[in-house]
Amino acid sequence: MFRYVIKRILLLIPIMIGVSFIVFTILNIVPGDPARVILGESATADEVAQLNHELGYDQPFVTRYVNFLKGVITKFDFGTSYRTRDSVLEDILTRIPISFKLASFSILLAICIGIPLGIFSAVKQYSLFDNIARFIGIFMASVPPFWLGMMLIYFFALILHILPSSGVSSLKHYILPSLALAIPYASAIMRFTRSSMLETIRQEYIKTAEAKGIPESRVILNHALRNAALPIITIIGTSFGGLLGGAVVTESVFSLPGLGTLLVTGIRMKDIPVVMGATVFYAFMFGCIMLIVDLLYAFADARIKAKYSK
Amino acid sequence: MSENLIRIKDLRVSYKTDFETVRAVNGISFDLNKGEVIGLVGETGAGKTTTALSIMRLLPFRTGRIDSGSIEFKGIDMLKVPDSEMRKSYRGEKIGMIFQDPMTALNPVIPVGDQIAEAITHHNKEKLNKAQVESRVEAMLELVGIPAFRKADYPHQFSGGMKQRVVIAIALACEPDLLIADEPTTALDVTIQAQVLAMITELRKKLGMSMILITHDLGIVAQVCDKVAVMYAGELVEQGTLEDIFTGDKHHPYTIGLFGSIPKLNEETDRLETIDGMMPDPTCLPEGCKFSPRCKHCMEICKQSPPVEFIDGKHRIACHLYAAHESN
Repeated sequence: MFRYVIKRILLLIPIMIGVSFIVFTILNIVPGDPARVILGESATADEVAQLNHELGYDQPFVTRYVNFLKGVITKFDFGTSYRTRDSVLEDILTRIPISFKLASFSILLAICIGIPLGIFSAVKQYSLFDNIARFIGIFMASVPPFWLGMMLIYFFALILHILPSSGVSSLKHYILPSLALAIPYASAIMRFTRSSMLETIRQEYIKTAEAKGIPESRVILNHALRNAALPIITIIGTSFGGLLGGAVVTESVFSLPGLGTLLVTGIRMKDIPVVMGATVFYAFMFGCIMLIVDLLYAFADARIKAKYSK
Repeated sequence: MSENLIRIKDLRVSYKTDFETVRAVNGISFDLNKGEVIGLVGETGAGKTTTALSIMRLLPFRTGRIDSGSIEFKGIDMLKVPDSEMRKSYRGEKIGMIFQDPMTALNPVIPVGDQIAEAITHHNKEKLNKAQVESRVEAMLELVGIPAFRKADYPHQFSGGMKQRVVIAIALACEPDLLIADEPTTALDVTIQAQVLAMITELRKKLGMSMILITHDLGIVAQVCDKVAVMYAGELVEQGTLEDIFTGDKHHPYTIGLFGSIPKLNEETDRLETIDGMMPDPTCLPEGCKFSPRCKHCMEICKQSPPVEFIDGKHRIACHLYAAHESN
């Protein structure tokens, strides 16, 4: 088990190098240069060339990539932003707590809504509750998050005045954005839980459990849910990864200074160091989350644990 | 004589889906005394398992339904017992069930010891504490021939025969009065079959249980049962004591067909005898005697009206052949 974890963590290194190379290449294929973006259309060619030289953008592609890698590996230095000249690492580190909090609250909310509804829907398959839950589930999964965010702001902030619409100064500020993000994911988790539970409930061992005469709640939670857990864990893991990176729209609707906004502004301004730092960080986070998901598998199913220890 | 344990009268069970109604059990009646073993014999799809699940009231929730009839267990009408009461004091406690396929009957993510313990803790008549439950689990494992230290192992770490032993340990954990064994040896290979069967018989005698043994293996029936009921298309075509069925001179043509399909040791045969035709489609059963389309002795009356039971002591045969005989 321990060896497996070490192996997986070491495997993250080539993955991150691969990701950084691909992103770096794409950023360089895209036309335009950072100095032009920063200085604007009115700047002269000389001024642009001057700034590009200052930024080091006039060096060849391979040299810049090797320098980037060298900086990261030897000094854990991701460079400075072309635009603001701030340290990229510091920029990321100040924004991580915000994005992380938002993603965590959202996923927790999504789990708390999705799993119980999914279980109930499966147990009472084709009942009125199930039909309504499925309809709402599909509806909520199809709603774009920015619209949901705006509707939430409209009702809770503008009409009811009970929750703030933007900012990060207190936990209260996270309620609306978390809700806006959580609802589509909750419906995804609900549908996965439902289908996975339906499959498990039909298994023979559920009949064995029933024949033992134990309470129904125990049959469902202890026998069925534990077996249905693997796909649910997977969808939660990927959702969490997606939430960390894909909250851009919601972050801008609620004006949260998170990682998503940093990345998007970086891309727009051709701020290569910022984009590189943020993507490598995402790749790392995603890899870690997937590792945790795999470890949770082993925790949920002894058969998988046995495979890891080989 | 000995005390009656379970009495089933005219039980009818059907499965309803949006498209069709499957009539799985069509009016069967039998009873079983304390300490007796009845063998329920018949082809796949004859309704044997459905009968067993009806007794446990574990028919598939939305589709399966008991249409009429009664199941009396120790004088109590089981069909009127509320579900919560079924869980609390019947399933697992008074009636244990062994399932057909040990490969799928155990929960793959829970250690076997916990799966046995669960049955004990939830029917805790003797108010055992945690340690006592554990020692009870160990005793149960030893009883079925599995070393106690393996209680923390998961089902995938056991072989098929060992898994079936665990399933048996679960069914016997609360020392039920009635054990329903649904083809307990079908999924096992022959040597293991004999072991498991011998073990069930021994434990049954030790604990003084009655048993309903569902099988299509007449050899097993001869070894284990006191009574035999032959099931065809949801009906009991013939029932009686072991002697009635195995040595009696009058039989239902279907029973004769079943026995004909066993190879004989004293004759040389290239091919086994079979019963021509197929089981009738349970969504649209034939009129009259359900076996008539396949029967060698089929008469005009068989296609028109269902047979009247011919009764000779405990031996009952539902066939026009004998009913006609009697009236002559």
